[in-house]
Amino acid sequence: MDLSVQIGSLTIANPLIAASGCFGYGVEYADVVDLASLGGVAVKGLFLSEREGHAPPRIVETPSGMLNAIGLQGIGVHRFIAERLPELRERRAVVVVNICGTTLDEYVEVARILSDAEGVHALELNISCPNIKEGGITFGCSLPGTHNVVSAVRKVTSLPVIPKLTPNVTDVASFARAAEEAGADAISLVNTFLAMAIDVHTRRPRLTNIVGGLSGPAIRPIAVRMVYECRRVVKIPIVGMGGIATADDVLEFMIAGANAVQVGTMNFVDPFIWTKLMDGIRDYMTRHGIVRLQDIVGTVDTSTREKAWISS
Amino acid sequence: MPVDIDAAVIANRRLSADYNVLALAAPEIAAAAKPGQFVMIKTSGGQDPLLRRPFSIFEILRDAAGAPAGVSIFNKRVGAGTTLLSRVESGTRLALLGPLGRPFEPVDPPAEAWMVAGGVGLAPFVTLGAALAARGTPTTLFYGARRAEELYCIELFEAMGVSIVLSTEDGSRGVRGRITVPLAGALESRPLGTPVKLYVCGPTPMMRACAQLAHRHGRACDVSLEQVMGCGLGGCYSCVVLARGANGGAPHHTRTCIEGPVFDAQRVVWEAVAGH
Repeated sequence: MDLSVQIGSLTIANPLIAASGCFGYGVEYADVVDLASLGGVAVKGLFLSEREGHAPPRIVETPSGMLNAIGLQGIGVHRFIAERLPELRERRAVVVVNICGTTLDEYVEVARILSDAEGVHALELNISCPNIKEGGITFGCSLPGTHNVVSAVRKVTSLPVIPKLTPNVTDVASFARAAEEAGADAISLVNTFLAMAIDVHTRRPRLTNIVGGLSGPAIRPIAVRMVYECRRVVKIPIVGMGGIATADDVLEFMIAGANAVQVGTMNFVDPFIWTKLMDGIRDYMTRHGIVRLQDIVGTVDTSTREKAWISS
Repeated sequence: MPVDIDAAVIANRRLSADYNVLALAAPEIAAAAKPGQFVMIKTSGGQDPLLRRPFSIFEILRDAAGAPAGVSIFNKRVGAGTTLLSRVESGTRLALLGPLGRPFEPVDPPAEAWMVAGGVGLAPFVTLGAALAARGTPTTLFYGARRAEELYCIELFEAMGVSIVLSTEDGSRGVRGRITVPLAGALESRPLGTPVKLYVCGPTPMMRACAQLAHRHGRACDVSLEQVMGCGLGGCYSCVVLARGANGGAPHHTRTCIEGPVFDAQRVVWEAVAGH
């Protein structure tokens, strides 16, 4: 049974990647998850410097989902390399570093620093966090901005470059195409949906940041549709995510067009989810006589359905 | 190392319309738990509510031979998750992840331990009281609530030989007023030569007031903080409080799940703590 996935020059053993922002720096989970058994670990977004993030409350639960406005609290790229990367290396984790910037130069600098660090396997460009005012999503919501940041990072690293796309745009597929044209090795989607919750008794927003990003099973069907849209316009691998809770959800994303997936919110609910997902994927492959998991990617059969209206 | 147990509800003991004690079969967690640690409980089998809820381990339950068999939680009905936990019946299974968090450090005699509880903040003190009793540390429980009917489970502490000071806001039992009233009096009258450590859990304003009293009287004070928590393992950065480093340094957003829930009260920047 072959579960491997090729992302640029990187081959990962299976398609299950821990989603950035949902798995700390990976080391927090080392007691409960064999990090080497995952396809990869996408660590919490890193800027050049440390960041404190937003004041609490930072999360609020919503039906089958949650809003967060953490504000990219983080230890910065230098402390990550000094204090967290050695343990990740020791535990043989495939490390995907999610990188952030308030300026184009900062993305480039963070990428350059990480490219020289031993034990980093890929860079995920966070151009989609809805919770910070400067940088990030301002690149991800503009086609030239997306193109510029991807091509600038592309020039300074030989690591696979994976821009993480925001769903908070009219036509996500056009951003996928811009990323591919700029030299991305893969794209990941979706980041969270900008959302809001209000306490009707106090009439105050439930989050200090007023708005936050919605994640969890509530968003899954929208994320699946967006992966499907992107698969139609790009050739590069897609890392799909959005509320994955079961092996069937993983397979749904893959059939829609994802080569690999990330699991985020449901890892909070069940940190032991990984072996359950893996077992379910293997069962499915056995039941359907699939030898190579990548063979199901983008195989959704729409031939007997009305042709859906697609924004692109 | 935390484990996730599909734990059967052994009993759901209703204390009042809003409070219940839920006993859960979880021998591995019971055997490993230290005073003040917590568990994350999945309150529904489905996805609403989605996230687990943190609960202090209230009691360590033992079988007839004295072996650890389970834990109980002290539940106050507040929202959707706690409402489900107030209604569950024996035999129901709930996912229970734990034990989690930095525990209390019980002091040894001749130091005295004063445990200060407000409302549902009683939860971490049964395990701490037992650990203190095992060391022979003279221990007092200061326990406040709005009225006499909301003072629960005092017999558990009496059985350990803990001295008990009660207060109610309406004066229906113990001292009239908040628990800081008798606590302030006790701190005033205690000679400085006698070492006393305070352990506090309750509403944020009460913990802040206790921290100030302890500071004013030069007493060590640990607090057990409760914050909205996403994962309990340090992954989500939801449950932060603004706290100074353990060795001083500028305050920064510190995860209560893995660096707490127990903190030295002097580390906490109380003006910034959310909650009520």
